[in-house]
Amino acid sequence: MTRVALFITCVNDALFPETPKAVVRILERLGYDVDFPAAQTCCGQMHANSGFKKDATRLARDFDDVFGGYDAIVTPSGSCAAMARDQYPHLTGSDIGKRVHELSEFLVDVAGVEDVGAHFPHTVTYHPTCHGTRALGLGDKPLRLLRAVGGIDLVDLPAADQCCGFGGTFALKNAEVSTAMLADKCANAAATSAEYLAAADNSCLTHIGGGISRTGGPRPIHYAEILASTA
Amino acid sequence: MSARDEILARMRTALKDASAPPAVPREYRRALDLEVDIVAMLIDRLVDYKANVHHGAAAIEEALAGARRVAVPADLPAEWRVGGAEFVEDRGLTTAELDGVDAVLTGCAAAVAVSGTIMLDAGAAQGRRALTLVPDHHVVVVRRDQITGHLAEALPRLDRTAPQTWISGPSATSDIELQRVEGVHGPRRLDVVLLD
Amino acid sequence: MSDLVPAASLIPAGAPFPKAAKVALGMPQLRRNLAHATGTIRAKRAKVAGELDDWEALRDTAAAVKANVQRRLPELAVRFEENATAAGAVVHWARDAAEANRIAARLVREAGAEEVVKVKSMATQEIELNEHFEAEGLRAFETDLAELIVQLAEDKPSHILVPAIHYNRTEIRDIFSQRMGDAPAGLTDDPAALAEAARLHLRRRFLSSTVAVSGANFAVAETGSLVVVESEGNGRMCLTMPETLISIVGIEKLLPDFADLEVFMQLLPRSSTGERMNPYTSVWTGVQDGDGPQHVHIILLDNGRTGVLADEVGRQALSCIRCSACLNVCPVYERTGGHAYGHVYPGPIGAILAPQLEPGRHDDLPYASSLCGACYEVCPVKINIPEVLVHLRQQGPHGAGERAAMGAAEAVMARPRLWRTALRLARLGSMPWRRKGFVRRMPWPASRWTASRDLPVPPKESFRDWWKEREK
Repeated sequence: MTRVALFITCVNDALFPETPKAVVRILERLGYDVDFPAAQTCCGQMHANSGFKKDATRLARDFDDVFGGYDAIVTPSGSCAAMARDQYPHLTGSDIGKRVHELSEFLVDVAGVEDVGAHFPHTVTYHPTCHGTRALGLGDKPLRLLRAVGGIDLVDLPAADQCCGFGGTFALKNAEVSTAMLADKCANAAATSAEYLAAADNSCLTHIGGGISRTGGPRPIHYAEILASTA
Repeated sequence: MSARDEILARMRTALKDASAPPAVPREYRRALDLEVDIVAMLIDRLVDYKANVHHGAAAIEEALAGARRVAVPADLPAEWRVGGAEFVEDRGLTTAELDGVDAVLTGCAAAVAVSGTIMLDAGAAQGRRALTLVPDHHVVVVRRDQITGHLAEALPRLDRTAPQTWISGPSATSDIELQRVEGVHGPRRLDVVLLD
Repeated sequence: MSDLVPAASLIPAGAPFPKAAKVALGMPQLRRNLAHATGTIRAKRAKVAGELDDWEALRDTAAAVKANVQRRLPELAVRFEENATAAGAVVHWARDAAEANRIAARLVREAGAEEVVKVKSMATQEIELNEHFEAEGLRAFETDLAELIVQLAEDKPSHILVPAIHYNRTEIRDIFSQRMGDAPAGLTDDPAALAEAARLHLRRRFLSSTVAVSGANFAVAETGSLVVVESEGNGRMCLTMPETLISIVGIEKLLPDFADLEVFMQLLPRSSTGERMNPYTSVWTGVQDGDGPQHVHIILLDNGRTGVLADEVGRQALSCIRCSACLNVCPVYERTGGHAYGHVYPGPIGAILAPQLEPGRHDDLPYASSLCGACYEVCPVKINIPEVLVHLRQQGPHGAGERAAMGAAEAVMARPRLWRTALRLARLGSMPWRRKGFVRRMPWPASRWTASRDLPVPPKESFRDWWKEREK
């Protein structure tokens, strides 16, 4: 069995245990031996993107220490994978990012599967998160995986490629602009009448979900949880 | 220190530790595929940008329709001076005189099919820049051998240091709600006559 | 808008971006105008860029050519000067805005003029040439339609390409009717009628002005040529009709070779107005006997550019060809407009250019982005704007509160055991909200989030607990 390390991300560690659990179930279903290095914390993205380079560099070094021994590291976050791949070379000179795969990259490119044997009889709309789509270049990989899910009814999200307005500390520093972006995203999500809004990053889903929780609309869900569902 | 020397010194200081410049890749296209009908494409693009297209020297008269006085460069071929209009040669016409004619008739240096662009470089039958600017109606004659498919094929045909005007349709603006509207300060009517 | 309040005046001068943005967000007409205009241009750009199967190859070449220009700047600037001078132009150098303005004003007076016509130019906006001329008793008349609208409204440009993007057709009709002395009676808001009114208004001035001021889109070192890309013909008028032409050109506008235009003249029009080619491109080299201005001056402008050049990461901002595609796709710009940025270069490119051109000012601008990356995706010269934004954030100052919070977070995250304890405490502490499932109100600074968004509640059981359980 091929061994892969799971990087759950600090956001999921703190708030969303169901997403990394889903990743474990999917990978084990496909025959992988999943390892969870308990010393992991955060990739350092918040610090780096907020301008705290020294802090980010220390966390990037820790990441290398924790995951350096693995050939493949899987994470359910497009932006954390992009952090490792794009920024670590500048911060620490490490190329570990090449071995960090966002879940859909790992499934489609490494494992070579699109149908992971999932069943999810619901209407779902998909928001392509910015870092996953643009920085990492995920393209339609998450969508290809979702299209192969049994029973799923995928509906298009209007203006899907527009940012939800999260942007880490942007949501606090420029709260008004962020909120204006979120309002449009929530309105577009609600217009789909989908039951679920899926995405590849729980930080974006926290933001969109935080808005939908007030204005109504589809329930936010990480797409890994859909892929983990079976009949 | 002069401003020139100081700015050059600032540049050199700024670049003291700069890494070597990257190699320039040139993987883009420099010509269209051979099977592309570049005349048809040029016509399509001209019409798309609201230029009128005519065929054959005889059609110059039709392109000039409505013009009584037509300014022309002094070296405009005689066979292009067709129809009933009075042809006024530009031998130092004043601005007011240019403003007083109904149209201008010239040739060109090259045309680009992909973008529907007509290029003038002050060469034969083209005249100076003001000639093709002040009159409100420009009729330009394009020979078949002047049509290129791609911008990269047209540029080497130009006299690089002569004053050039590249024209793609009549004057236009997108300044109001980013919607294109034809007809501002340059000639509001552009007629292109294609010769075989 | 019967009272004609210039839009820029509604934004408090010198306000930091978040505050200025808040004001702009409260202007519904502005937001509708911007959403409509940027939506239109985004679709046009995507269509014409999509027509070229070698678009990505063109971007790669353009980025590399510009990177070369930056590293070869001293050599190329001197080469341009030599070739332009040989062709009859007079080349001047200006360290900063004040020097450029002084030279330009002197040249106007030497030409015996008090008025000039102007082609739209970002460099002259940047150095505030019009304001300087006015202070010197000279007058500059903008001739680009959008610049004319802005000048008549006594407003400021809010977009690099379309300075009046924040006005809709009805507002423009009102500006013309009230401020343009010779506006036709009964002017409608039909864009064609508005363009016609501008044509009539400016025509006499074009045909009688003796001095023009322009910028340039490109300066070709190999030939000493300048290139101006435009649509209306006002550029051709200014570049052709007057006796004297003064062009103010940022040193970063250099291109090594004439043939490089085959790359940039495919990228620029498609990225800016979404056209295969702009209606008019003018290329001129010094003075041409009997054709166009007989006195040709070129002012090469530094004004902070060599400072930008010194930053290995930040210097890519000098690759910008001012197409404004990044503004049009930016979700922040679309909602705030250009005035909120408080600088002549707004939007994503402004957020990386302004703080570099004027170090110590505009430190708020690198944060005016969610780092969504839409700008990088469309940039025809592949400026990695998110990369430079993050780089500038890492250079700039940080508030004490944020420093403390980030330091504390790092201290916890750097100690796995402490991190796990902190998460456990968070789970315990959030017990009261667990049934409800979300938190709606938090004290400052978390209230910045909860003012418009609910917060999720930590779970009862963490992933780590679940993992430990199944490993047993």
